[in-house]
Amino acid sequence: MFALVDCNNFYVSCERVFRPDLNGRPVVVLSNNDGCIISRSEEAKQLGIKMGEPAFKIAAFLDRHQVAVFSSNYVLYGDLSHRVMRTLGQFTPELEVYSIDEAFLNLAGLSVDWVEYAWSIRQTVRRHIGIPVSIGVAPTKVLAKVANYLAKKDPAQAGVCVLDQPGKITAALKEFDVGEVWGIGRQYTKLLHASGVYTAWDFLQLDDAWVRKNMTVVGLRIKKELAGIACLEMELLPPPKKAICTSRSFGEDQTELAPITEAVATYAARCAEKLRRQRSCAGMMMVFLHTNRFKQHEPQYARNLVCKLPVPTNSTIELIRYATAALRMIYRKGYRYKKAGVIVMAIEPEERIQGALFDRMDRAKHAAVMRSLDAINAKYGRDTIKVASQGLGGKWRLRQERLSPCYTTRWSDIIKVAAHAGACAHNEMIKIKKPQ
Amino acid sequence: MSIRLFYPDPGSGLALPAVGHISAGFPSPADDYLEAVLDLNDLLIKNPSATFYGTVKGNSMQDAGVEDGDLLVIDKAVPYRPNALAICYLDGEFTLKRLRKEGEHLYLMPANPRYQPIRVREGSDFAVWGIVTYIIKKVY
Repeated sequence: MFALVDCNNFYVSCERVFRPDLNGRPVVVLSNNDGCIISRSEEAKQLGIKMGEPAFKIAAFLDRHQVAVFSSNYVLYGDLSHRVMRTLGQFTPELEVYSIDEAFLNLAGLSVDWVEYAWSIRQTVRRHIGIPVSIGVAPTKVLAKVANYLAKKDPAQAGVCVLDQPGKITAALKEFDVGEVWGIGRQYTKLLHASGVYTAWDFLQLDDAWVRKNMTVVGLRIKKELAGIACLEMELLPPPKKAICTSRSFGEDQTELAPITEAVATYAARCAEKLRRQRSCAGMMMVFLHTNRFKQHEPQYARNLVCKLPVPTNSTIELIRYATAALRMIYRKGYRYKKAGVIVMAIEPEERIQGALFDRMDRAKHAAVMRSLDAINAKYGRDTIKVASQGLGGKWRLRQERLSPCYTTRWSDIIKVAAHAGACAHNEMIKIKKPQ
Repeated sequence: MSIRLFYPDPGSGLALPAVGHISAGFPSPADDYLEAVLDLNDLLIKNPSATFYGTVKGNSMQDAGVEDGDLLVIDKAVPYRPNALAICYLDGEFTLKRLRKEGEHLYLMPANPRYQPIRVREGSDFAVWGIVTYIIKKVY
Protein backbone atom coordinates (compact mmCIF):
# COMPACT_ATOMS: atom_id res chain seq x y z
CA MET A 1 0.00 0.00 0.00
CA PHE A 2 1.03 3.58 -0.67
CA ALA A 3 -0.06 6.76 1.03
CA LEU A 4 0.08 10.15 -0.62
CA VAL A 5 0.22 12.92 1.95
CA ASP A 6 -0.47 16.39 0.64
CA CYS A 7 -0.44 19.60 2.68
CA ASN A 8 -3.62 21.61 2.26
CA ASN A 9 -3.06 25.06 0.71
CA PHE A 10 0.51 24.74 1.95
CA TYR A 11 1.79 28.32 1.83
CA VAL A 12 -1.35 29.71 3.43
CA SER A 13 -1.22 26.98 6.08
CA CYS A 14 2.41 27.92 6.86
CA GLU A 15 1.39 31.54 7.48
CA ARG A 16 -1.42 30.35 9.73
CA VAL A 17 0.88 28.30 11.95
CA PHE A 18 2.11 31.51 13.55
CA ARG A 19 -1.08 33.46 13.05
CA PRO A 20 -3.87 31.26 14.39
CA ASP A 21 -6.13 34.30 14.22
CA LEU A 22 -6.19 33.79 10.44
CA ASN A 23 -8.00 30.47 10.75
CA GLY A 24 -11.42 30.84 9.23
CA ARG A 25 -10.42 34.02 7.41
CA PRO A 26 -9.61 34.41 3.72
CA VAL A 27 -5.83 34.35 3.20
CA VAL A 28 -3.74 34.45 0.02
CA VAL A 29 -0.02 34.26 -0.73
CA LEU A 30 1.54 36.11 -3.67
CA SER A 31 4.27 34.93 -6.03
CA ASN A 32 7.76 36.43 -6.17
CA ASN A 33 7.66 40.18 -6.49
CA ASP A 34 4.11 40.20 -5.14
CA GLY A 35 2.81 39.38 -8.60
CA CYS A 36 0.11 36.74 -8.70
CA ILE A 37 -1.90 34.68 -6.27
CA ILE A 38 -0.24 31.30 -5.76
CA SER A 39 -1.94 29.94 -2.64
CA ARG A 40 -5.46 30.43 -1.34
CA SER A 41 -7.27 29.40 1.81
CA GLU A 42 -10.66 27.69 1.39
CA GLU A 43 -12.34 30.97 2.35
CA ALA A 44 -10.42 32.80 -0.39
CA LYS A 45 -11.46 30.13 -2.91
CA GLN A 46 -15.08 30.58 -1.87
CA LEU A 47 -14.79 34.31 -2.53
CA GLY A 48 -14.05 33.33 -6.14
CA ILE A 49 -10.36 34.35 -6.10
CA LYS A 50 -8.60 32.45 -8.88
CA MET A 51 -5.20 30.82 -8.87
CA GLY A 52 -2.64 32.90 -10.77
CA GLU A 53 -4.73 36.05 -10.68
CA PRO A 54 -2.53 39.20 -10.73
CA ALA A 55 -2.82 40.79 -7.29
CA PHE A 56 -2.92 44.38 -8.52
CA LYS A 57 -6.03 43.64 -10.58
CA ILE A 58 -8.04 42.59 -7.55
CA ALA A 59 -6.42 44.80 -4.92
CA ALA A 60 -9.68 46.60 -4.19
CA PHE A 61 -11.58 43.32 -3.97
CA LEU A 62 -9.02 41.88 -1.53
CA ASP A 63 -9.32 45.00 0.59
CA ARG A 64 -13.09 44.98 0.61
CA HIS A 65 -13.23 41.37 1.77
CA GLN A 66 -10.46 41.86 4.32
CA VAL A 67 -8.35 39.16 2.75
CA ALA A 68 -5.02 38.69 4.53
CA VAL A 69 -2.32 39.00 1.85
CA PHE A 70 1.26 37.72 2.22
CA SER A 71 4.39 37.90 0.09
CA SER A 72 5.83 34.44 -0.39
CA ASN A 73 8.23 33.57 2.43
CA TYR A 74 10.10 30.61 0.94
CA VAL A 75 12.51 30.47 3.86
CA LEU A 76 9.60 29.77 6.21
CA TYR A 77 7.85 27.37 3.80
CA GLY A 78 11.06 25.46 3.19
CA ASP A 79 11.68 24.99 6.91
CA LEU A 80 8.12 23.89 7.66
CA SER A 81 8.16 21.54 4.66
CA HIS A 82 11.31 19.96 6.02
CA ARG A 83 9.64 19.51 9.40
CA VAL A 84 6.57 17.91 7.82
CA MET A 85 8.73 15.51 5.80
CA ARG A 86 10.79 14.52 8.83
CA THR A 87 7.62 13.86 10.77
CA LEU A 88 6.23 11.72 7.92
CA GLY A 89 9.50 9.81 7.95
CA GLN A 90 8.52 8.42 11.35
CA PHE A 91 5.67 6.54 9.73
CA THR A 92 7.58 4.68 7.03
CA PRO A 93 11.13 3.65 6.24
CA GLU A 94 10.49 4.63 2.63
CA LEU A 95 9.50 8.22 2.06
CA GLU A 96 9.52 9.84 -1.34
CA VAL A 97 9.37 13.61 -1.13
CA TYR A 98 7.53 14.47 -4.29
CA SER A 99 7.34 18.25 -3.95
CA ILE A 100 7.54 20.92 -1.26
CA ASP A 101 4.15 19.85 0.08
CA GLU A 102 3.61 16.27 -1.08
CA ALA A 103 5.18 12.93 -0.25
CA PHE A 104 4.54 9.27 -0.96
CA LEU A 105 4.88 6.80 1.91
CA ASN A 106 5.48 3.16 1.09
CA LEU A 107 3.45 1.24 3.65
CA ALA A 108 4.45 -2.21 2.42
CA GLY A 109 4.83 -4.72 5.20
CA LEU A 110 2.63 -2.88 7.66
CA SER A 111 -0.44 -4.61 8.91
CA VAL A 112 -2.55 -1.89 10.43
CA ASP A 113 -5.98 -0.43 10.03
CA TRP A 114 -5.33 1.98 7.14
CA VAL A 115 -7.94 4.50 8.14
CA GLU A 116 -6.63 4.67 11.69
CA TYR A 117 -3.04 4.85 10.49
CA ALA A 118 -3.82 7.69 8.10
CA TRP A 119 -5.65 9.48 10.87
CA SER A 120 -2.73 9.21 13.22
CA ILE A 121 -0.41 10.61 10.52
CA ARG A 122 -2.81 13.47 9.98
CA GLN A 123 -3.19 14.23 13.68
CA THR A 124 0.55 14.05 14.30
CA VAL A 125 1.47 16.49 11.53
CA ARG A 126 -1.35 18.78 12.61
CA ARG A 127 -0.30 18.78 16.24
CA HIS A 128 3.48 18.78 15.89
CA ILE A 129 3.78 21.41 13.21
CA GLY A 130 0.32 22.87 12.79
CA ILE A 131 -0.11 22.04 9.12
CA PRO A 132 -3.32 20.31 7.93
CA VAL A 133 -2.81 17.50 5.42
CA SER A 134 -4.97 15.25 3.24
CA ILE A 135 -4.10 11.60 2.89
CA GLY A 136 -4.98 9.05 0.23
CA VAL A 137 -4.13 5.38 0.76
CA ALA A 138 -4.31 2.77 -2.02
CA PRO A 139 -2.40 -0.20 -3.51
CA THR A 140 -0.57 1.91 -6.13
CA LYS A 141 0.76 5.45 -6.39
CA VAL A 142 -1.67 6.46 -9.13
CA LEU A 143 -4.59 5.16 -7.03
CA ALA A 144 -3.17 6.88 -3.95
CA LYS A 145 -3.30 10.13 -5.96
CA VAL A 146 -6.95 9.40 -6.77
CA ALA A 147 -7.67 8.71 -3.09
CA ASN A 148 -5.87 11.89 -2.08
CA TYR A 149 -7.94 13.92 -4.51
CA LEU A 150 -11.13 12.47 -3.01
CA ALA A 151 -9.85 13.06 0.53
CA LYS A 152 -9.41 16.71 -0.33
CA LYS A 153 -12.47 17.41 -2.46
CA ASP A 154 -15.12 15.36 -0.72
CA PRO A 155 -15.99 16.94 2.63
CA ALA A 156 -17.47 13.62 3.77
CA GLN A 157 -13.97 12.10 3.73
CA ALA A 158 -12.64 14.66 6.22
CA GLY A 159 -9.13 14.58 4.85
CA VAL A 160 -8.55 10.83 4.72
CA CYS A 161 -9.57 8.43 1.96
CA VAL A 162 -8.59 4.76 1.82
CA LEU A 163 -9.20 2.74 -1.35
CA ASP A 164 -8.26 -0.76 -0.25
CA GLN A 165 -11.12 -2.95 -1.52
CA PRO A 166 -11.71 -3.66 -5.23
CA GLY A 167 -15.34 -2.63 -4.80
CA LYS A 168 -14.37 0.75 -3.33
CA ILE A 169 -11.77 1.33 -6.04
CA THR A 170 -14.23 0.54 -8.83
CA ALA A 171 -16.87 2.83 -7.35
CA ALA A 172 -14.35 5.67 -7.04
CA LEU A 173 -12.97 5.26 -10.58
CA LYS A 174 -16.47 5.26 -12.10
CA GLU A 175 -16.96 8.77 -10.73
CA PHE A 176 -13.42 10.00 -11.38
CA ASP A 177 -12.72 12.38 -14.24
CA VAL A 178 -10.04 10.82 -16.47
CA GLY A 179 -8.38 14.22 -16.90
CA GLU A 180 -7.63 14.31 -13.16
CA VAL A 181 -5.69 11.03 -13.24
CA TRP A 182 -2.01 11.57 -12.39
CA GLY A 183 0.13 11.62 -15.52
CA ILE A 184 -2.67 12.09 -18.04
CA GLY A 185 -2.10 15.57 -19.33
CA ARG A 186 -4.37 17.91 -21.18
CA GLN A 187 -3.40 16.51 -24.60
CA TYR A 188 -4.29 12.94 -23.70
CA THR A 189 -7.47 14.10 -22.01
CA LYS A 190 -8.58 15.62 -25.31
CA LEU A 191 -7.74 12.44 -27.17
CA LEU A 192 -9.55 10.30 -24.59
CA HIS A 193 -12.63 12.50 -24.61
CA ALA A 194 -12.69 12.25 -28.40
CA SER A 195 -12.67 8.47 -28.00
CA GLY A 196 -15.58 8.57 -25.57
CA VAL A 197 -13.46 8.01 -22.47
CA TYR A 198 -14.59 10.28 -19.65
CA THR A 199 -13.95 8.51 -16.37
CA ALA A 200 -10.94 6.65 -15.02
CA TRP A 201 -13.11 3.54 -15.19
CA ASP A 202 -13.73 4.07 -18.95
CA PHE A 203 -9.97 4.36 -19.40
CA LEU A 204 -9.44 1.06 -17.60
CA GLN A 205 -11.73 -0.67 -20.11
CA LEU A 206 -9.53 0.35 -23.07
CA ASP A 207 -7.49 -2.19 -24.95
CA ASP A 208 -3.81 -2.31 -23.86
CA ALA A 209 -2.64 -2.16 -27.47
CA TRP A 210 -4.68 0.99 -28.12
CA VAL A 211 -3.27 2.67 -25.01
CA ARG A 212 0.30 1.77 -25.91
CA LYS A 213 -0.12 2.95 -29.48
CA ASN A 214 -1.76 6.26 -28.61
CA MET A 215 -0.29 7.06 -25.22
CA THR A 216 3.06 5.25 -25.23
CA VAL A 217 4.28 2.96 -22.51
CA VAL A 218 3.68 5.70 -19.93
CA GLY A 219 -0.05 5.54 -20.60
CA LEU A 220 0.07 1.79 -20.23
CA ARG A 221 1.79 2.10 -16.85
CA ILE A 222 -0.86 4.50 -15.64
CA LYS A 223 -3.51 2.00 -16.73
CA LYS A 224 -1.81 -0.83 -14.86
CA GLU A 225 -1.51 1.31 -11.76
CA LEU A 226 -5.22 2.15 -11.95
CA ALA A 227 -5.90 -1.58 -12.18
CA GLY A 228 -4.06 -1.98 -8.88
CA ILE A 229 -0.76 -3.28 -10.22
CA ALA A 230 2.09 -1.20 -8.77
CA CYS A 231 4.64 -0.49 -11.51
CA LEU A 232 5.97 2.95 -10.59
CA GLU A 233 9.02 2.48 -8.44
CA MET A 234 9.46 4.54 -5.32
CA GLU A 235 12.02 7.18 -6.05
CA LEU A 236 13.60 7.43 -2.66
CA LEU A 237 15.61 10.54 -3.16
CA PRO A 238 14.92 13.14 -5.77
CA PRO A 239 17.71 12.71 -8.33
CA PRO A 240 20.39 15.42 -8.10
CA LYS A 241 19.38 18.32 -10.22
CA LYS A 242 20.81 18.53 -13.72
CA ALA A 243 20.81 22.28 -13.74
CA ILE A 244 20.27 24.89 -11.08
CA CYS A 245 18.78 28.22 -11.91
CA THR A 246 18.57 31.27 -9.71
CA SER A 247 16.87 34.21 -11.29
CA ARG A 248 14.49 36.90 -10.17
CA SER A 249 12.67 39.83 -11.56
CA PHE A 250 14.00 43.04 -10.07
CA GLY A 251 11.80 44.94 -7.65
CA GLU A 252 11.98 47.80 -10.11
CA ASP A 253 13.61 48.04 -13.53
CA GLN A 254 17.38 48.58 -13.42
CA THR A 255 19.50 50.56 -15.84
CA GLU A 256 22.96 50.64 -14.24
CA LEU A 257 25.59 47.92 -14.21
CA ALA A 258 26.41 48.18 -10.48
CA PRO A 259 23.10 47.05 -8.95
CA ILE A 260 22.69 44.34 -11.61
CA THR A 261 26.18 43.08 -10.76
CA GLU A 262 25.17 42.81 -7.11
CA ALA A 263 22.09 40.85 -8.10
CA VAL A 264 23.98 38.49 -10.41
CA ALA A 265 26.67 37.94 -7.77
CA THR A 266 23.98 37.03 -5.28
CA TYR A 267 22.33 34.60 -7.71
CA ALA A 268 25.71 32.99 -8.38
CA ALA A 269 26.23 32.66 -4.62
CA ARG A 270 22.84 30.93 -4.30
CA CYS A 271 23.73 28.50 -7.09
CA ALA A 272 27.03 27.74 -5.34
CA GLU A 273 25.22 27.07 -2.06
CA LYS A 274 22.76 24.73 -3.76
CA LEU A 275 25.63 22.91 -5.48
CA ARG A 276 27.47 22.43 -2.20
CA ARG A 277 24.32 21.22 -0.49
CA GLN A 278 24.01 18.40 -3.01
CA ARG A 279 27.77 17.81 -3.00
CA SER A 280 28.31 18.59 -6.63
CA CYS A 281 30.14 20.98 -8.90
CA ALA A 282 29.13 22.73 -12.10
CA GLY A 283 31.19 22.72 -15.27
CA MET A 284 29.23 25.35 -17.18
CA MET A 285 27.51 28.54 -16.29
CA MET A 286 25.05 30.74 -18.08
CA VAL A 287 24.23 34.32 -17.21
CA PHE A 288 21.23 36.03 -18.76
CA LEU A 289 19.76 39.48 -18.70
CA HIS A 290 16.69 40.94 -20.32
CA THR A 291 14.35 43.90 -20.46
CA ASN A 292 10.60 43.75 -19.89
CA ARG A 293 9.02 42.10 -22.92
CA PHE A 294 5.61 43.43 -21.98
CA LYS A 295 6.66 47.05 -22.23
CA GLN A 296 6.63 47.09 -26.00
CA HIS A 297 7.17 50.81 -26.32
CA GLU A 298 10.55 50.51 -24.60
CA PRO A 299 13.72 49.39 -26.41
CA GLN A 300 14.15 45.64 -25.95
CA TYR A 301 17.32 43.69 -25.24
CA ALA A 302 17.92 40.14 -24.13
CA ARG A 303 21.15 38.22 -24.07
CA ASN A 304 22.79 35.34 -22.42
CA LEU A 305 26.30 34.05 -22.26
CA VAL A 306 27.42 30.53 -21.51
CA CYS A 307 30.91 30.01 -20.23
CA LYS A 308 32.79 26.84 -19.59
CA LEU A 309 34.47 26.81 -16.21
CA PRO A 310 38.12 25.74 -16.34
CA VAL A 311 37.52 23.18 -13.59
CA PRO A 312 34.04 22.25 -12.33
CA THR A 313 33.47 24.16 -9.13
CA ASN A 314 31.03 24.99 -6.36
CA SER A 315 33.04 27.82 -4.87
CA THR A 316 31.03 30.98 -4.31
CA ILE A 317 34.09 33.10 -4.98
CA GLU A 318 34.85 31.47 -8.31
CA LEU A 319 31.27 31.34 -9.56
CA ILE A 320 30.78 35.01 -8.70
CA ARG A 321 33.97 35.93 -10.53
CA TYR A 322 32.84 34.25 -13.74
CA ALA A 323 29.22 35.35 -13.44
CA THR A 324 30.09 39.02 -13.03
CA ALA A 325 32.64 38.83 -15.85
CA ALA A 326 29.99 37.30 -18.11
CA LEU A 327 27.52 39.99 -17.10
CA ARG A 328 29.98 42.75 -18.02
CA MET A 329 30.22 41.22 -21.48
CA ILE A 330 26.50 41.14 -22.14
CA TYR A 331 25.44 44.34 -20.38
CA ARG A 332 24.62 47.30 -22.64
CA LYS A 333 23.85 50.76 -21.43
CA GLY A 334 20.57 52.41 -22.36
CA TYR A 335 18.05 49.72 -21.50
CA ARG A 336 15.70 49.20 -18.61
CA TYR A 337 16.37 45.69 -17.37
CA LYS A 338 13.68 43.60 -15.74
CA LYS A 339 15.37 40.35 -14.92
CA ALA A 340 18.71 38.60 -14.67
CA GLY A 341 19.70 35.11 -13.71
CA VAL A 342 22.43 32.55 -13.33
CA ILE A 343 22.10 28.93 -14.41
CA VAL A 344 24.77 26.37 -13.62
CA MET A 345 24.93 23.21 -15.71
CA ALA A 346 27.10 20.19 -16.41
CA ILE A 347 26.70 19.20 -12.81
CA GLU A 348 28.71 16.31 -11.46
CA PRO A 349 29.47 14.88 -8.05
CA GLU A 350 32.19 16.66 -6.08
CA GLU A 351 34.34 13.57 -5.74
CA ARG A 352 34.53 12.97 -9.47
CA ILE A 353 36.16 16.29 -10.34
CA GLN A 354 39.44 16.14 -12.22
CA GLY A 355 41.88 18.94 -11.80
CA ALA A 356 43.15 20.87 -14.79
CA LEU A 357 46.81 20.78 -15.64
CA PHE A 358 47.38 24.51 -15.36
CA ASP A 359 44.92 25.13 -12.59
CA ARG A 360 46.54 27.64 -10.28
CA MET A 361 43.81 27.79 -7.71
CA ASP A 362 44.28 26.29 -4.31
CA ARG A 363 41.11 24.19 -4.41
CA ALA A 364 41.55 22.61 -1.02
CA LYS A 365 41.78 26.04 0.55
CA HIS A 366 38.73 27.25 -1.37
CA ALA A 367 36.76 24.25 -0.18
CA ALA A 368 37.76 24.97 3.41
CA VAL A 369 36.73 28.62 3.11
CA MET A 370 33.38 27.55 1.63
CA ARG A 371 32.80 25.09 4.46
CA SER A 372 33.37 27.84 7.02
CA LEU A 373 31.14 30.22 5.08
CA ASP A 374 28.31 27.66 4.96
CA ALA A 375 28.72 26.87 8.64
CA ILE A 376 28.58 30.51 9.67
CA ASN A 377 25.67 31.31 7.41
CA ALA A 378 23.80 28.25 8.63
CA LYS A 379 24.30 29.42 12.17
CA TYR A 380 23.70 33.12 11.94
CA GLY A 381 21.44 33.39 8.94
CA ARG A 382 21.84 33.58 5.20
CA ASP A 383 24.33 36.16 3.96
CA THR A 384 25.85 36.86 7.37
CA ILE A 385 29.08 36.43 5.47
CA LYS A 386 29.10 37.03 1.78
CA VAL A 387 31.40 37.99 -1.01
CA ALA A 388 31.74 41.77 -1.29
CA SER A 389 30.44 41.92 -4.85
CA GLN A 390 27.06 40.72 -3.65
CA GLY A 391 26.72 44.20 -2.21
CA LEU A 392 24.57 45.26 0.67
CA GLY A 393 21.45 44.73 -1.27
CA GLY A 394 19.44 47.43 -2.58
CA LYS A 395 17.51 48.49 -5.49
CA TRP A 396 17.37 45.24 -7.38
CA ARG A 397 15.85 43.29 -4.52
CA LEU A 398 12.48 41.67 -4.76
CA ARG A 399 9.38 43.48 -3.85
CA GLN A 400 8.10 41.71 -0.74
CA GLU A 401 5.92 44.23 0.95
CA ARG A 402 3.86 41.80 2.93
CA LEU A 403 6.51 39.36 4.03
CA SER A 404 5.85 37.50 7.26
CA PRO A 405 8.69 37.05 9.77
CA CYS A 406 11.03 34.07 9.37
CA TYR A 407 9.70 32.58 12.60
CA THR A 408 11.81 29.44 12.44
CA THR A 409 15.07 30.48 10.86
CA ARG A 410 16.00 33.88 12.24
CA TRP A 411 16.55 34.65 15.93
CA SER A 412 15.21 38.16 15.56
CA ASP A 413 11.96 36.82 14.09
CA ILE A 414 10.94 34.16 16.63
CA ILE A 415 7.52 34.55 18.18
CA LYS A 416 7.06 37.04 21.00
CA VAL A 417 5.19 35.59 23.95
CA ALA A 418 3.37 38.12 26.08
CA ALA A 419 3.56 37.95 29.83
CA HIS A 420 2.15 41.34 30.73
CA ALA A 421 -1.11 43.02 31.61
CA GLY A 422 -1.87 44.05 28.08
CA ALA A 423 -2.09 40.44 27.04
CA CYS A 424 -5.61 39.23 26.53
CA ALA A 425 -7.02 42.66 27.24
CA HIS A 426 -10.32 41.71 25.63
CA ASN A 427 -10.92 39.05 28.21
CA GLU A 428 -12.33 39.44 31.62
CA MET A 429 -9.88 39.88 34.42
CA ILE A 430 -11.38 38.05 37.32
CA LYS A 431 -10.17 37.53 40.80
CA ILE A 432 -10.59 33.98 41.89
CA LYS A 433 -10.03 32.58 45.29
CA LYS A 434 -6.71 30.99 45.90
CA PRO A 435 -7.18 27.33 46.71
CA GLN A 436 -6.46 26.73 50.36
CA MET B 1 52.08 -4.26 9.96
CA SER B 2 51.96 -0.84 8.46
CA ILE B 3 52.01 2.61 9.86
CA ARG B 4 50.06 5.35 8.19
CA LEU B 5 51.54 8.79 8.44
CA PHE B 6 49.47 11.90 8.80
CA TYR B 7 50.88 15.30 8.09
CA PRO B 8 49.84 18.04 10.42
CA ASP B 9 48.36 21.20 8.96
CA PRO B 10 49.88 23.99 11.06
CA GLY B 11 47.80 26.58 9.24
CA SER B 12 44.50 25.40 10.61
CA GLY B 13 43.41 26.15 14.13
CA LEU B 14 40.69 23.55 14.31
CA ALA B 15 40.83 21.65 17.58
CA LEU B 16 40.04 17.98 17.21
CA PRO B 17 39.15 15.58 19.95
CA ALA B 18 42.24 13.77 21.13
CA VAL B 19 42.81 10.38 19.60
CA GLY B 20 45.17 7.90 21.23
CA HIS B 21 48.73 8.22 20.05
CA ILE B 22 49.75 6.12 17.09
CA SER B 23 50.94 2.82 18.35
CA ALA B 24 52.44 0.08 16.33
CA GLY B 25 49.67 -2.42 16.10
CA PHE B 26 47.89 -2.09 19.40
CA PRO B 27 44.92 0.23 19.46
CA SER B 28 44.99 2.67 22.33
CA PRO B 29 42.46 1.82 25.01
CA ALA B 30 41.58 5.51 25.13
CA ASP B 31 40.00 5.29 21.66
CA ASP B 32 37.09 3.43 23.18
CA TYR B 33 36.28 6.49 25.24
CA LEU B 34 36.34 8.91 22.37
CA GLU B 35 33.07 10.78 22.34
CA ALA B 36 31.41 13.43 20.27
CA VAL B 37 31.32 16.91 21.72
CA LEU B 38 28.35 17.88 23.85
CA ASP B 39 25.64 19.54 21.87
CA LEU B 40 22.98 21.44 23.82
CA ASN B 41 20.49 20.69 21.06
CA ASP B 42 20.58 17.03 22.03
CA LEU B 43 19.64 17.93 25.57
CA LEU B 44 17.14 20.72 25.00
CA ILE B 45 15.29 19.43 21.96
CA LYS B 46 13.40 16.18 22.09
CA ASN B 47 11.22 16.65 19.02
CA PRO B 48 13.20 18.72 16.50
CA SER B 49 10.38 18.91 13.95
CA ALA B 50 7.94 20.18 16.54
CA THR B 51 10.25 22.57 18.40
CA PHE B 52 10.04 26.33 18.05
CA TYR B 53 11.50 29.25 19.99
CA GLY B 54 9.95 32.33 21.50
CA THR B 55 11.05 35.39 23.50
CA VAL B 56 9.25 36.55 26.62
CA LYS B 57 7.88 40.08 26.89
CA GLY B 58 6.80 41.04 30.39
CA ASN B 59 7.00 39.70 33.92
CA SER B 60 3.61 38.18 34.70
CA MET B 61 5.22 34.74 35.03
CA GLN B 62 8.24 35.68 37.11
CA ASP B 63 7.35 33.43 40.06
CA ALA B 64 7.43 30.51 37.63
CA GLY B 65 10.99 31.48 36.82
CA VAL B 66 10.24 33.21 33.54
CA GLU B 67 11.36 36.79 33.09
CA ASP B 68 11.29 39.44 30.44
CA GLY B 69 13.72 38.61 27.65
CA ASP B 70 14.06 34.90 28.41
CA LEU B 71 14.27 32.52 25.50
CA LEU B 72 11.71 29.71 25.50
CA VAL B 73 12.08 26.28 23.96
CA ILE B 74 8.56 25.36 22.88
CA ASP B 75 7.53 21.83 21.98
CA LYS B 76 4.26 21.39 20.12
CA ALA B 77 4.41 17.60 20.32
CA VAL B 78 4.33 17.05 24.09
CA PRO B 79 0.93 16.89 25.78
CA TYR B 80 -0.25 19.47 28.29
CA ARG B 81 -0.01 18.37 31.86
CA PRO B 82 -1.13 20.20 34.99
CA ASN B 83 1.13 23.08 35.94
CA ALA B 84 2.99 23.05 32.63
CA LEU B 85 3.81 26.44 31.13
CA ALA B 86 1.57 26.76 28.10
CA ILE B 87 2.02 29.00 25.10
CA CYS B 88 -1.58 30.03 24.54
CA TYR B 89 -2.98 31.91 21.62
CA LEU B 90 -5.75 34.20 22.75
CA ASP B 91 -7.41 36.86 20.65
CA GLY B 92 -4.54 37.55 18.32
CA GLU B 93 -1.62 37.19 20.70
CA PHE B 94 0.70 34.54 22.06
CA THR B 95 0.69 34.54 25.82
CA LEU B 96 2.49 32.48 28.44
CA LYS B 97 0.35 31.11 31.25
CA ARG B 98 -0.58 28.15 33.37
CA LEU B 99 -4.05 26.78 32.83
CA ARG B 100 -6.64 26.02 35.45
CA LYS B 101 -10.08 24.58 34.99
CA GLU B 102 -12.71 25.40 37.57
CA GLY B 103 -16.12 23.99 36.86
CA GLU B 104 -17.04 25.02 33.36
CA HIS B 105 -14.52 27.81 33.22
CA LEU B 106 -10.96 27.90 32.00
CA TYR B 107 -8.55 30.32 33.61
CA LEU B 108 -5.16 31.53 32.51
CA MET B 109 -3.11 31.85 35.66
CA PRO B 110 -0.28 34.35 36.02
CA ALA B 111 2.63 33.69 38.35
CA ASN B 112 3.04 37.15 39.80
CA PRO B 113 0.83 38.58 42.56
CA ARG B 114 0.57 41.88 40.68
CA TYR B 115 -1.38 40.21 37.89
CA GLN B 116 -4.83 38.69 37.90
CA PRO B 117 -6.11 35.47 36.39
CA ILE B 118 -7.95 35.72 33.12
CA ARG B 119 -11.11 33.82 32.43
CA VAL B 120 -11.34 32.67 28.83
CA ARG B 121 -14.68 33.85 27.55
CA GLU B 122 -16.83 31.51 25.60
CA GLY B 123 -16.34 32.07 21.90
CA SER B 124 -12.89 33.62 22.22
CA ASP B 125 -10.23 32.60 19.83
CA PHE B 126 -8.26 30.38 22.18
CA ALA B 127 -5.79 27.56 21.63
CA VAL B 128 -2.89 25.95 23.43
CA TRP B 129 -0.17 26.35 20.81
CA GLY B 130 2.73 24.61 22.50
CA ILE B 131 4.33 23.71 25.80
CA VAL B 132 7.47 25.30 27.23
CA THR B 133 10.09 22.62 27.88
CA TYR B 134 13.10 24.82 28.72
CA ILE B 135 13.70 28.42 29.73
CA ILE B 136 17.03 29.88 28.68
CA LYS B 137 18.28 32.93 30.55
CA LYS B 138 21.14 35.24 30.02
CA VAL B 139 22.70 35.88 33.40
CA TYR B 140 26.02 37.39 32.53
